[in-house]
Amino acid sequence: MDTMKLQKRAPTSAMLDPKIVLPAIRASFTKLDPRLMVKNPVMFVVEIVAALTTVIFLRDLVTGGTGLGFTFQIILWLWFTVLFANFAEAVAEGRGKAQAESLRKTRTESQAKLLTGAGQAFKLVAGTSLKVGDIVLVEAGDTIPSDGEVIEGVASVNEAAITGESAPVIRESGGDRSAVTGGTQVLSDWIRVRITAAQGSTFIDRMIKLVEGAERAKTPNEIALNILLAGLTIIFVFATVTIPSYAAYAGGSISVIVLVALFVTLIPTTIGALLSAIGIAGMDRLVRFNVLAMSGRAVEAAGDVDTLLLDKTGTITLGNRQATAFRPVRGVTEQDLADAAQLASLADETPEGRSIVVLAKEKYGIRGRDMAELGATFIPFTAQTRMSGVDAGGSSVRKGAVDAMLNYVGGGAPLAVASGNTARALQPGGLSEVGREVQTIADEISKAGGTPLAVAKDGKLLGVIQLKDIVKGGIRERFAELRRMGIRTIMITGDNPMTAAAIAAEAGVDDFLAQATPEDKLKLIRDEQAKGKLVAMCGDGTNDAPALAQADVGVAMNTGTQAAREAGNMVDLDSNPTKLIEVVEIGKQLLMTRGALTTFSIANDVAKYFAIIPAMFLAFYPQLNVLNIMNLSSPQSAILSAIIFNALIIIALIPLALRGVAYRAVGAGALLRRNLLIYGLGGIVIPFIGIKAIDLVVVALHLA
Amino acid sequence: MTMIGWLQIILFCVIIVALAKPLGGYMTRVFNGERTFMSPVLRPIEAAIYWVSGVDERREQHWLTYTVAMLLFHVGGFLIIYGVMRLQAMLPFNPADQSAVAPDLSFNTAISFITNTNWQNYGGESTVSYLVQMLGLTHQNFLSAATGIALAVALIRGFSRASVRTVGNFWGDVTRTTLYVLLPICVVYTLFLVWQGIPQTLGAYVDATTLEGAKQTIAVGPVASQVAIKMLGTNGGGFFNANAAHPFENPTALSNFVQMLSIFLIGAAMTNVFGRMVGNQRQGWAILAVMGVLFIAGVAVTYWAEANGTSIMHALGLTGGNMEGKEVRFGIVASSLFAVITTAASCGAVNAMHDSFTALGGMIPLINMQLGEIIIGGVGAGLYGMLLFVVLAIFVAGLMVGRTPEYVGKKIEAREVKMAMLAILVLPLMYLGWTAVGVVYPAAVASMANAGPHGFTEVLYAFTSATGNNGSAFAGLTGNTFFYNLTLASAMFVGRFFMIVPAMAIAGSLAAKKSIPPSAGTFPTTGGLFVGLVVGVILIIGGLTFFPALALGPIVEHLAMNAGNVF
Repeated sequence: MDTMKLQKRAPTSAMLDPKIVLPAIRASFTKLDPRLMVKNPVMFVVEIVAALTTVIFLRDLVTGGTGLGFTFQIILWLWFTVLFANFAEAVAEGRGKAQAESLRKTRTESQAKLLTGAGQAFKLVAGTSLKVGDIVLVEAGDTIPSDGEVIEGVASVNEAAITGESAPVIRESGGDRSAVTGGTQVLSDWIRVRITAAQGSTFIDRMIKLVEGAERAKTPNEIALNILLAGLTIIFVFATVTIPSYAAYAGGSISVIVLVALFVTLIPTTIGALLSAIGIAGMDRLVRFNVLAMSGRAVEAAGDVDTLLLDKTGTITLGNRQATAFRPVRGVTEQDLADAAQLASLADETPEGRSIVVLAKEKYGIRGRDMAELGATFIPFTAQTRMSGVDAGGSSVRKGAVDAMLNYVGGGAPLAVASGNTARALQPGGLSEVGREVQTIADEISKAGGTPLAVAKDGKLLGVIQLKDIVKGGIRERFAELRRMGIRTIMITGDNPMTAAAIAAEAGVDDFLAQATPEDKLKLIRDEQAKGKLVAMCGDGTNDAPALAQADVGVAMNTGTQAAREAGNMVDLDSNPTKLIEVVEIGKQLLMTRGALTTFSIANDVAKYFAIIPAMFLAFYPQLNVLNIMNLSSPQSAILSAIIFNALIIIALIPLALRGVAYRAVGAGALLRRNLLIYGLGGIVIPFIGIKAIDLVVVALHLA
Repeated sequence: MTMIGWLQIILFCVIIVALAKPLGGYMTRVFNGERTFMSPVLRPIEAAIYWVSGVDERREQHWLTYTVAMLLFHVGGFLIIYGVMRLQAMLPFNPADQSAVAPDLSFNTAISFITNTNWQNYGGESTVSYLVQMLGLTHQNFLSAATGIALAVALIRGFSRASVRTVGNFWGDVTRTTLYVLLPICVVYTLFLVWQGIPQTLGAYVDATTLEGAKQTIAVGPVASQVAIKMLGTNGGGFFNANAAHPFENPTALSNFVQMLSIFLIGAAMTNVFGRMVGNQRQGWAILAVMGVLFIAGVAVTYWAEANGTSIMHALGLTGGNMEGKEVRFGIVASSLFAVITTAASCGAVNAMHDSFTALGGMIPLINMQLGEIIIGGVGAGLYGMLLFVVLAIFVAGLMVGRTPEYVGKKIEAREVKMAMLAILVLPLMYLGWTAVGVVYPAAVASMANAGPHGFTEVLYAFTSATGNNGSAFAGLTGNTFFYNLTLASAMFVGRFFMIVPAMAIAGSLAAKKSIPPSAGTFPTTGGLFVGLVVGVILIIGGLTFFPALALGPIVEHLAMNAGNVF
């Protein structure tokens, strides 16, 4: 499944890759700059505390204090805590940096053929000097100098630079495939391109900034989480600064370093250290999946999506309809109908036509015949006749839209309106008995979600070919999965409501919008949003742009128009509309990872209290040793073990932060139960074991 | 522990749960401004109040307007109490000829009553006149309770409304709550208490001659009417210094049981109001279940600790549990239960001396208050306090379902988290901060009755009780000093209003949001998982804050006692 692929494509070995780790270690130190640290309140506080205790330590070193070895070790681990946090962020960024590097290579200096007049006259200029609105000529072998819109011509373009896909794609003026990206290469033919992006703000430039994390703004949930963490930090300030007074009352005193150790272990350093790494890794997962999110906010919104709008064609069904049955009128055998239908389709190179030939062969053993052998002439499909067929050996076979065929055999009956698949506009009274029968069959087919094609031989109706949309394999299961995630799917189609309903039922979508115009789409999105729902959709055409902009998550296809790409907040480089589902999963994974590590971090505090509180007060209340349930060997070793655990857990959780917590579409209740068990209960239990183990090591190494 | 004891506890819980739904239904109608069976009698009075005060109760207020109205209302309440206390010698209804109350004590008492704390640094019968009891104290008992309920209703409206800027009308909410909810119950309740033997008179104190021939002055007064609202409104300020341990405030086992019920009655029903107003009563039951789990756990510990007594007592040959400081007519069960109820619900009335409880038995009341008075809690205040914790719990764990956390259809975002954090932050600042001062500042240390951890607990208890707007005293500590009058007043003030303003900001912010219909991807907030989660978050976030203080107070006292050391 695609999700599996996703996991595989995001290896967690980044921590072992020296190309990432070595720069990350360096960055861990440069990130100590307080101006950078202040963005992360929890770790900033740890840095301040570490710096202050270092100063105190140095003073004591000069004046000659006691217990300096212990103090030194605590301070060392305080600095490690900060460095590990920086390291986590640097590793997350490192993976993006490597990607940005390869993108930069495509942005080499290129020459552009700037068109100067109406004709083909051009002058060579530097690609970097192009302005928005300039028109350039790009010929076979040239690199497209900047993002733009094809205004004339057709060309095959190699977009491997951005998509990694080496098969060339067609770019042409007009229609939905008119956008070209700077840095991609024209392989054949030529196109004229109107430049739409200035240097520095092209697609590749934006991509580089995104994957490097240079423009990373905190997302709404991240901001809220930071507030929570800052609040908890303040609460623990109160909890620790009041302790000296309590101790004084009890006739004891507590050293600054022990208070600092308690404070740092209590504040949520684990999640504080990993928070930005989680965010960067989330964006990175999308990039690895060939989806570019224009903001972290969009990724987060993807996790919240309630309603998914999916285009029928290409997403839910295969692009083409296929023949699935021959339905003869009374007095005609299926065999005869199949034979005539195949004959009529021999020269029809459309996928529908070929599927008729294949069906006739598979079902009735009618072999394909050679047109030339039969001496047949092909009558091609035209918009006027809306039928096609063959004239051979004095007989003529035709197939076509039902209303057109009725008109053809009936002679004078009025033409049906062009839009419907059925000939409702025809007066039933004006039809022959056979005509009415064909009409009935056609209606049945439409109701079942198919498209009818009538077949006639020598002016006599034989029956109807049933063409059907083929629903993609496995899509039904995907929709069931989405339903378990609590997401409603709505199919968008230009089909009439009857056909749409049948396909919707077959594919298992929750709802559909038939005969949809761009305005209908926009209205549907607004209606859903008015109900408080978040809507995701994907689109490629210029007429999708308003809906893409209105949707909370709008994924534009890379093959689409520039307008669509501007309007969406994500771009799918593979232009695969089904990917919307994975985008939602990645969004959910991002939120879950944050929640899981926050819960884990807070739950950890229980064990730390049991380690430090008895150690702290042992000197004047020896009874409190009862609380030393981990049976740590000495107050010093207990405090040291707690602070070491607190630092090491950051390193231990970096892979999880980068990989993300696994998402399963099992419903929110089951998901929560599972995660609470692992990260909540686990968060309470694990530090008890970890601190005890570290204590054993600390004692064995005579560190305290 | 005995079977009868547990049956009494279970009976109490069953009655509370059984009453929550009908009373919740009635109160919901009242808060929605609908007609009730009381309307024919009360609506004319209500309309007259609005007419006299020039209030248009249908004019909806923005959360800020609502809050400012509430604050102004309390400034008035403060001035009345402070005024009548200072001037009581010149005012009527003073048969015992009480002289003017000192400025710092008057200040403390005024703050105490407007914040629904009812911390008593004064001795009722020996310090204040009947006028003060009625006009100052009983009057605020009604209005501070009504205010708490009104604020909770405003916060509920934040959850239940969508895309609006207003949260209700403060004046209308307070008037309706007082008229339709508090007064009718209190009238019936007062009559019951009089029947049980509580005095209700404006006559002077009575002189009696004892068997030894000595003259004894027996204090009486308009007691029953004040006791009724003191319990129902979770105020807790007793008419007499001994509070509900006094035979004239709580004469029988039956009056004791009904008084316990009346402490929880409205607070429990408010959870049902919440469920009804957000459109799913199960949401209310889930909240009540969270409170219930914490409550029963507390009762079990205290009852166990008190029933078992201490090793020192056992060594002296005393069996049958710890009866020190308890009334014989109530016994261990009713005293333990009362202590847990009164501290869980921010009432603060006491029928036994918490100071005389065993170390662990006395620790539970302390924890109840330190958690922020959310286990039923003060009327209204308990619900909004609990909802703040729910907001945090939902935010912490809600992300784990892969969506922006939402509760009853409202997204919990930065603003809500910020405000909830702010509200929860001030609690430890007050009780930990002032305790840190109180245990070392010489003028404050002089107030302690005991040394060592027990003395520490007395100070911690006082500030915790004040911050939580509970008002119960651990006893032992001499509170009527300049230091304590002022510091406790500040704790009460901050504990009340610094929680209310952020809670109201959340109400406003939620009301403006769209309401999201639930789906399979929505965090389920009606089941056991949610209840367990909220309980866990309350215990961990709450517990982490005060664990060091508890370790140095009741925990070390308990351990020392087992080793033979007492303080």
